[in-house]
Amino acid sequence: MSVAPSEFSNGNREIAVATRGVVKTFGRGDNAVRALKGVDFEARCGEMIMIVGPSGCGKTTFLSVICGTMKADAGSVNVFGTDLVHLGGGKLTDFRGRNVGFIFQQFNLIPTWNILENASIPLLLQGQSRRKAQDAAARLLTEVGLGRRLAAYPRELSGGQQQRVAIARALVHEPRLLICDEPTASLDAETGHKVLDLLKASACRDDRCVIVVTHDSRIFSFADRIAEMEDGLVKGVYGAGEYKAHYV
Amino acid sequence: MLRLALKMLYGDVAKFVMLLGGLTFCALLMTQQSGVFCGLMLWTTSTLRNIKVPIWVCDAKVEQVNEVVPMRDIEVNRVRSVEGVEWAVPLYWGIISARLRDGSFQPVQLTGLDSATMVGRPVKMTAGNIEDLRLPNAVVVDQIAIKKFKRKGIDLRVGDTFEINDKEARVVGICYAEQSFLGQPYIYTTYERALEYAQPQRKQLSFVLVKPKDGVKEADVVDRIRKIPGIMAFTDEEFNTRTIDWYIKYTGIPISFGTVVLLGALVGIAIAGQTFYLFVHENVRHLAALKAMGAGNTLLAEMVFLQAFTVGSMGYGLGVGLTAIFGNIFLKVGEPPFFLPWQVLAFTGAIIVFICLFSATIGLLKVIRAEPAIVFR
Repeated sequence: MSVAPSEFSNGNREIAVATRGVVKTFGRGDNAVRALKGVDFEARCGEMIMIVGPSGCGKTTFLSVICGTMKADAGSVNVFGTDLVHLGGGKLTDFRGRNVGFIFQQFNLIPTWNILENASIPLLLQGQSRRKAQDAAARLLTEVGLGRRLAAYPRELSGGQQQRVAIARALVHEPRLLICDEPTASLDAETGHKVLDLLKASACRDDRCVIVVTHDSRIFSFADRIAEMEDGLVKGVYGAGEYKAHYV
Repeated sequence: MLRLALKMLYGDVAKFVMLLGGLTFCALLMTQQSGVFCGLMLWTTSTLRNIKVPIWVCDAKVEQVNEVVPMRDIEVNRVRSVEGVEWAVPLYWGIISARLRDGSFQPVQLTGLDSATMVGRPVKMTAGNIEDLRLPNAVVVDQIAIKKFKRKGIDLRVGDTFEINDKEARVVGICYAEQSFLGQPYIYTTYERALEYAQPQRKQLSFVLVKPKDGVKEADVVDRIRKIPGIMAFTDEEFNTRTIDWYIKYTGIPISFGTVVLLGALVGIAIAGQTFYLFVHENVRHLAALKAMGAGNTLLAEMVFLQAFTVGSMGYGLGVGLTAIFGNIFLKVGEPPFFLPWQVLAFTGAIIVFICLFSATIGLLKVIRAEPAIVFR
């Protein structure tokens, strides 16, 4: 069932991400691989939308394009009214720093910094003082249940705890868009469930838009909508229940 | 963020220690070897400091102070006749064997001073009186002679005797003299007695020591003396430079030390460059994550350069510190020679800065080329 993006928009909420005809090609000539073939997509504030699909269908490339870590070759990428395709390097970096929070599959916590320092990075990058950044990070870490381990280093934590630090880091600067790349891939089922619970509770408040790329069908139920990608295109966008009922 | 950049550096203990070790070794090797080289060059000119006079006159074939081509005694009078010369005195200077009480031999640098004026006398007497050189068979020995004789079991003191060419030499004083390039002790006596101790030759005058009249420029007097056929004159400073230049040009010493210094620099570049590149390479994913989160290339460059220059400064400090300890220990012992001018420290500092710039730049290129999107792979 293929559905146009606008048909699944959730009411009157503000559009967070809108892409039209996004194309991305890697390599040249005979070796060129067209990863995205004209993707149309829309995500609104206050919703958690998951992007699913088989390996190599372009999910991660599309995620990179909508968060501004990779430039599209053609098409438009509009995030909170800003056209990322035409945004220069420095402005794009600044835009990401202020508006986007990241949760990575491998957590990407810096091993030589303690979790308080790791969680305060986005605020430090915005030029906040160390004290203010760490106060805010400590609040978030306490919220995710790590308030007593602020001085711990990533290697001293379990995978689930590390992902919680990543969630705190992603939210500390209160971004309007949260990008999650396979957030449960490195976690067991129970921990993955807990992390998604936490993500849903803390990320989706404040009208934040959460976009999750995942293979993990166990967490589909957390989504408001699910966008299915195949061969460089968004094949369809579904309600979570509908997608599970038909495809899982 | 810069504080955290340093924490990132210190946190990777293995690489930090390797970087620090490489840079310390590099700074140590360069400063220590340069220090020994400079010390050796100082030794080559020690005669010029042990015998302090404004102008040295020698045979025209002489190229440096440690080389003696004997002249006729008449040259002293010819120099005295030059306009602007206040006084000119003869000096005998030659290496000769001393025979000790136990029958063993010790080469010495016999220095024969003008007996009337004692011009060229030791700068510092530690025992006895230089005027006693006028006594029969009297010599003054330096602290190196005491040390060398002691190694042979002879505790040389004022009043003791030894032989030079079967003639008695009685110690009437002990002086301090800077060690010479060949390391032989200085034995001072009068010019006339030095000629008696030395093997008889047709010409025996080694140098003429000259002082210009007050108000007359040394260079003018030197120019006038040079007009005398067969002899050459140098100011103290000229002779110093000429001697060092000669050793640099005609001996393998600079190549030998230069090779070690060059190896030190290359080892530093190789170890530090490679380790720092590895450090950045292993952290590139984290740095790319910072990029994704909003860190610009300028901030990342500041972080990488801060890391490189921090470890560079520490390596330089440790290397120079170890060299200073080495110098302090060996200056007390007296060997090997050691002299650390500020130019060596500045040169080594410049090399370390270059290594840091090089290492940081190759690391930074990796960071700049890294797309923030790699964090999703």
